Amino acid sequence: MIDISANLAGIKSPNPFWLASAPPTNSGYQIMRAFEAGWGGAVWKTLGVPVVNVSSRYGALNYRDTRMMGFNNIELITDRPLVDNLREMEEVKKYFPDHAIIASLMVDTREEWHQIVKDVQNAGADGIELNFGCPHGMCERGMGSAVGQNPNTLATITSWVMEVAKVPVIVKLTPNITDVTEPARAARTGGGNAISLINTIQSVVNIDLDTFCPTPSVGNQSTNGGYCGPAVKPIALNMVKNCALDPNIRLPISGIGGVESWKDAVEFMLLGASNVQVCTAVMHYGFGIVREMESGLRQFMADKGFNKLDDFIGLSLDKMKEWKDLNLEYKVKAEINTDKCVGCQLCYIACEDGAHQAIKLEKGTRVPAIIDDNCVGCNLCSLVCPVDDCITMVQTDNGTQFKSWQDKMDENSVPTTFNDQRGGGVGHYVPKVSDALKK
Amino acid sequence: MAEYKIPNTLEEVAENFDPLHPTMSPNMAFQESSRCLFCYDAPCIQACPTSIDIPLFIKQINTGNIDGASKTIYDANYFGNICGKVCPTKVLCEGACVHNHQDVKPIDIGSLQAYATSHTMSIGKHIYQAGVDNGKKVAVIGAGPAGISAACELRLLGYQVDIFEAKAQASGLALYGVAPYKITNEEIIAEMEYLQAQFEYNIYYNQAITTKEQLNDLESKYDAIFLGIGMGGTRSLGIAGENLKNCIGATEFIEKFKLNPLDTYIGKSVVVVGGGNTAMDAASETARMGAQVHLVYRRDQKGMGAYSFEYDLAKIAGTIGLFNTNPLEIIGTDQVEGIRLIKTEVVDGRVKTIDGSEFTVDCDMVILATGQAKMPDFLSLIEGLELDSKNRIICTEGYQTTNPKYFASGDAVNGGAEVVNAAGEAKVSAQRIHEWLNSKG
Repeated sequence: MIDISANLAGIKSPNPFWLASAPPTNSGYQIMRAFEAGWGGAVWKTLGVPVVNVSSRYGALNYRDTRMMGFNNIELITDRPLVDNLREMEEVKKYFPDHAIIASLMVDTREEWHQIVKDVQNAGADGIELNFGCPHGMCERGMGSAVGQNPNTLATITSWVMEVAKVPVIVKLTPNITDVTEPARAARTGGGNAISLINTIQSVVNIDLDTFCPTPSVGNQSTNGGYCGPAVKPIALNMVKNCALDPNIRLPISGIGGVESWKDAVEFMLLGASNVQVCTAVMHYGFGIVREMESGLRQFMADKGFNKLDDFIGLSLDKMKEWKDLNLEYKVKAEINTDKCVGCQLCYIACEDGAHQAIKLEKGTRVPAIIDDNCVGCNLCSLVCPVDDCITMVQTDNGTQFKSWQDKMDENSVPTTFNDQRGGGVGHYVPKVSDALKK
Repeated sequence: MAEYKIPNTLEEVAENFDPLHPTMSPNMAFQESSRCLFCYDAPCIQACPTSIDIPLFIKQINTGNIDGASKTIYDANYFGNICGKVCPTKVLCEGACVHNHQDVKPIDIGSLQAYATSHTMSIGKHIYQAGVDNGKKVAVIGAGPAGISAACELRLLGYQVDIFEAKAQASGLALYGVAPYKITNEEIIAEMEYLQAQFEYNIYYNQAITTKEQLNDLESKYDAIFLGIGMGGTRSLGIAGENLKNCIGATEFIEKFKLNPLDTYIGKSVVVVGGGNTAMDAASETARMGAQVHLVYRRDQKGMGAYSFEYDLAKIAGTIGLFNTNPLEIIGTDQVEGIRLIKTEVVDGRVKTIDGSEFTVDCDMVILATGQAKMPDFLSLIEGLELDSKNRIICTEGYQTTNPKYFASGDAVNGGAEVVNAAGEAKVSAQRIHEWLNSKG
């Protein structure tokens, strides 16, 4: 029996799929619809002193005909009175006592933090998330990412919250910082129970080439927004991994950033997230996408023999090393399946112009050929190939040798001068400069 | 089998000839262009007789540079819009698309090409202007795909160009021969006007060049002469009854029909003789006008010269194929009443009739699509101009004839091919005219 119930620092939910604090969690009505659709938890749109929002709030990055590969917003926290949000929170909790409702909060003074924490606890919130991440608008007022970028302030405010908190407290981190582990450690210092990341990335999503105004345009003016959506997932995964591996953090993690499918969710969990939060995918497709996420997760767990989430949370972490510890003796080379090749020759031109001139064209066939001696095993050809499993990277070393950069350092065999003959490219084939004009 | 009602109005005709490739919407073009892989040394370019840089223009459509796409197309082929609609793309660019190799629908290159060029034409955006006048003059005989393409290229190079056209409108068989479900007359005329507005060549309509005196006159007034004369009328079969009323050549029928569909006689029961693309067009067109159509061809279905998709179109319109069948005689007193046929078999590659297998099909119209005749009589008026055994004009690679002052392209040289072939050859030919005249000093 597969159990997909999740537990983040004591906050339980029937599945690991939460809605992130954002427009889809603006009201009790929406959260009720989300729970009906199958979501396990919801982080309420950040509560505080209600704001006034601009009109024209979102911008999108499309890739060819794929809409909203990246998404950017300049909307602020809730613009609704606290009392309305609290009343609705209480009501939703009555309908869905087993689902997780998290109150996202952003206020200024210690007194305000104390008051609002008590208020949401009284309304039945299962947890609290501190919004130290919003990178637009609120940060100009000393809140949001302005806090997240200052570990000392973050720790202080977290400690204020912990003075009155009776439910678990999640500190939401901003990625707009050089090293995300610093504020994560500060969250622990301040007494926080968990961290969630990433919030959105400061961005200008595009510029209208007729008006020259960046989007979203507010009366022909714009401001930087917060970037999210599928395009940010790799950045988020890396930051989640950094926090999960840091021995000084040791806090449960809620993973956020471009989650749209069960695969994305599983990836976050493999790197240590206890659950995931989703926004852009819901803003694009509605609450119904959670059905795909849940069914995919169940299928994945069944296929792999996992019975509960803890069976695979963090499973990929011990495969994440520093570059210097990777095996320099490991070798792969590209192999083209000539039966599958459609003859687009994208691999040829990618290798010729963008890599190591290790693919050649031969007369009488559209199928390119790998020049084994030149192939450094970079993967580029296999990545540009439009046919699944047509170009594969095949291991050519016998798997018995291991030597990392660190090992070489230890035995003093690394190149140290500009023309050191121990450089990796020494002796590697490079065409003559003048050959460039012959083709 | 589709059944078409006999149309009584032009609107009803248009309904029966709904376009094979409707104009793409911007959204469709965007979606379709997104699928292009941007292949290196792309097979589609290699398959295009005019070598249009197809991946480039598709990328330009995808990034919103529609007029840039049109320039890419027109730089290779002045009949860019017409070819986008009438080219046999399934056997050319789209047939070569690598998507075919993994059972993915090939990119709809023809429709994308038509989309970009239609857009640029519709906003009246000019891409070209004639080159600085170089003081030299070229006469072009025939305003078909070859003649117009040569004229465009020559104007770009600064020549004064006068085109002499026997008929009342330009574009040749594009207008007078291409099936109306591929492209409408209005669309063809629009591109002809668009080209002439940019390149400003002169066209003298209803000016057939037929005599030695006319040729002498041209030779004295022009530095070079380009022959874009195409081919003549339908070749006679040499059987009895070909002169009966309602027996007509396919080329002649299609021309009449395209100009005046409602005033063109179409029988209730039509027999089309032939296995080429023109036969398929004649069969399709009469079937779409509500006729019962039989197609008679002397070999089996696979032996037909027509592209298989052209036969499919005729079949979908309701045509019934009578294969391994040869016409013996067209029956009737004043007008066609039937056709006497005989079954054939192929022995050692040759078609032989089977004795005693004669049969008759009642019909009130016979269309002979048995090939167009060449024009050796006219061409013999040109001094030193040689023809091959099939009466095609012999040319160098640069389409210079054996009379160095004369250049030629299109059907008269290649024996009858597509619009795109004529357009491609004529562009090369114009460049050779330029080289030749320059080399003369």
